[in-house]
Amino acid sequence: MIDKYTWYEKVGIYLGIFVFLSFVLSPFVEGFLVSLKPMHQLFSSPYSFWPKEGSFDAYFRIWETVPFLWLYILNGIFIAVVATFLGLCMIIPAAYALARIEFRGRGATLSGFLMVNMFSGAVLLIPLYRLMRETGLLNTYFAMIVPGTAFILGTGIWLLRAYMLRIPKELEEAAFADGASRFYTFRRVVLPLAMPGILIAGINCFLTVYAQQFIYALTFNSKSEYMPLSVGLFAFFGRQEVTWNELMAASIVGITPVMIVFFFLQKYLVAGLTAGAVKS
Amino acid sequence: MNASRSAAIFAWMLLAPALIYVIAIVAYPLVDTIILSFTDTALKKTVNWVGWDNYVRIFKSGFDVIILRTVVWTFFSVSIKMIIGVLGATLLNAAVPGRAIFRVLTMPPWIVPMAIGIFMWGWMYNGQFGMISGLLQRFGLVDGPVAFLAYGSTAFWATIFTDVWIGVPLVTLYMLAAIQSIPKDLYEAAWVDGASRLYRLRRITLPLIAPSLITISMISLISTFNSFDIIWILTRGGPSGETTTMIIDTYKTAFGSYKYGEGSARVVLVAMCLSVFCFFYFRIVNKLAATQER
Repeated sequence: MIDKYTWYEKVGIYLGIFVFLSFVLSPFVEGFLVSLKPMHQLFSSPYSFWPKEGSFDAYFRIWETVPFLWLYILNGIFIAVVATFLGLCMIIPAAYALARIEFRGRGATLSGFLMVNMFSGAVLLIPLYRLMRETGLLNTYFAMIVPGTAFILGTGIWLLRAYMLRIPKELEEAAFADGASRFYTFRRVVLPLAMPGILIAGINCFLTVYAQQFIYALTFNSKSEYMPLSVGLFAFFGRQEVTWNELMAASIVGITPVMIVFFFLQKYLVAGLTAGAVKS
Repeated sequence: MNASRSAAIFAWMLLAPALIYVIAIVAYPLVDTIILSFTDTALKKTVNWVGWDNYVRIFKSGFDVIILRTVVWTFFSVSIKMIIGVLGATLLNAAVPGRAIFRVLTMPPWIVPMAIGIFMWGWMYNGQFGMISGLLQRFGLVDGPVAFLAYGSTAFWATIFTDVWIGVPLVTLYMLAAIQSIPKDLYEAAWVDGASRLYRLRRITLPLIAPSLITISMISLISTFNSFDIIWILTRGGPSGETTTMIIDTYKTAFGSYKYGEGSARVVLVAMCLSVFCFFYFRIVNKLAATQER
């Protein structure tokens, strides 16, 4: 009964949601409609929302105008997957130590890891560029993976630690009492129980690297065959005339694979938000 | 005593990979930046110590304007994100049919590469043929085409608007999680006492989500302050520098003019601003960490 709405409240709620979702989704809708329009309709006034002679031509042409499109899509995913894997290898043991073991400097270490987030993006670009150049990583996949990995550690540790704190201690203590070593307990008792938490942290890591790889890819790599989608398509702006319909078609094709996967994983996405911050 | 020592050793062993990585990829570069900021490192072969020259030059070249612009840009972007996010979360929390789908539909800006979403905005802002200018003209709100990215004032707001768009899904879903964690019986008790919906929102929801709102605004503040992609793709800091924030400014100095030394000095100033946020951030984080352990 508390959740019963009068008819005007319902109208208000739906109207509000409509406005809100219009704001969130309009670029995608417009992007899709643009991809259907021929260039001469795009560059004509007055503006018309619906395509007049709409066709999927652009979706066929992009494979010729952007010959590396497949590679760009895969590169973007590959970079994020490798960074997530590397990140998790470091996040899991660190989160366990910070959740379960009492030692001096624990609080400071956790804060230190979170502090790393402050220097993400463009802040450390100059020294990182020098570092990549000196180590010969410039213009390789690692030039994009290595910095990407550094800036997922803080949040990943934070999320997984929060999850591990909620796992009952008794199981570990029982394994310990049976004479299992610390490492054995960690691997055989803690890891299986923490799996959902690892998944949540992993998804968060993937999304961060996937969404924010533009700047490292732009600055540390100039080889077309290693470019992720974002930088590969950025080249459209360097041409004589930006063929917007093809850019939009390529963008939509490019974002679809990850979108579909995340449609099925959305509950873990939301769980990540809750686990880290809101007391449950 | 012995047991706790072996526990501590085990803890540091587990932490070692992450710690070493952070020292190599974050801490060392940070120190390198500070050292570079006192040199004239550029593309030329020789490197000289120049003392405070870089800093002196930066402040003589109107850096205060860039700081002010960054603060205003960040302030409006974060505030608008929070307002839309809380409103969106309240709406998505309403028990109406279809809300599960509405929640999923909120996510796309968050799960696509940022740059791709920005490309789409780039077209929407197009003056002659873009959607926003086109619709405004159709509804008679403006007389002629508006080239949003061609003028300083409109470009400034256009970049803020796009930053809001990218940040809103995270804020909305985070605040929705916060609203859902409020115990239901509080609402029921208030409802039994005859409190109106608006009253319940004002007196129960808002006070109880305030801590989460502070946390997410701190997180948002840092990422907004460091925001690069949006401005770089839409305007490259233009027209005539009117959307150049501190981060864009460091990038232009270092990778546009190859002045790594001076660029580093500008980065050090960015880091100093960040450390002010940092102070507040950690007070919140420590409080949260304690809550989790309870």
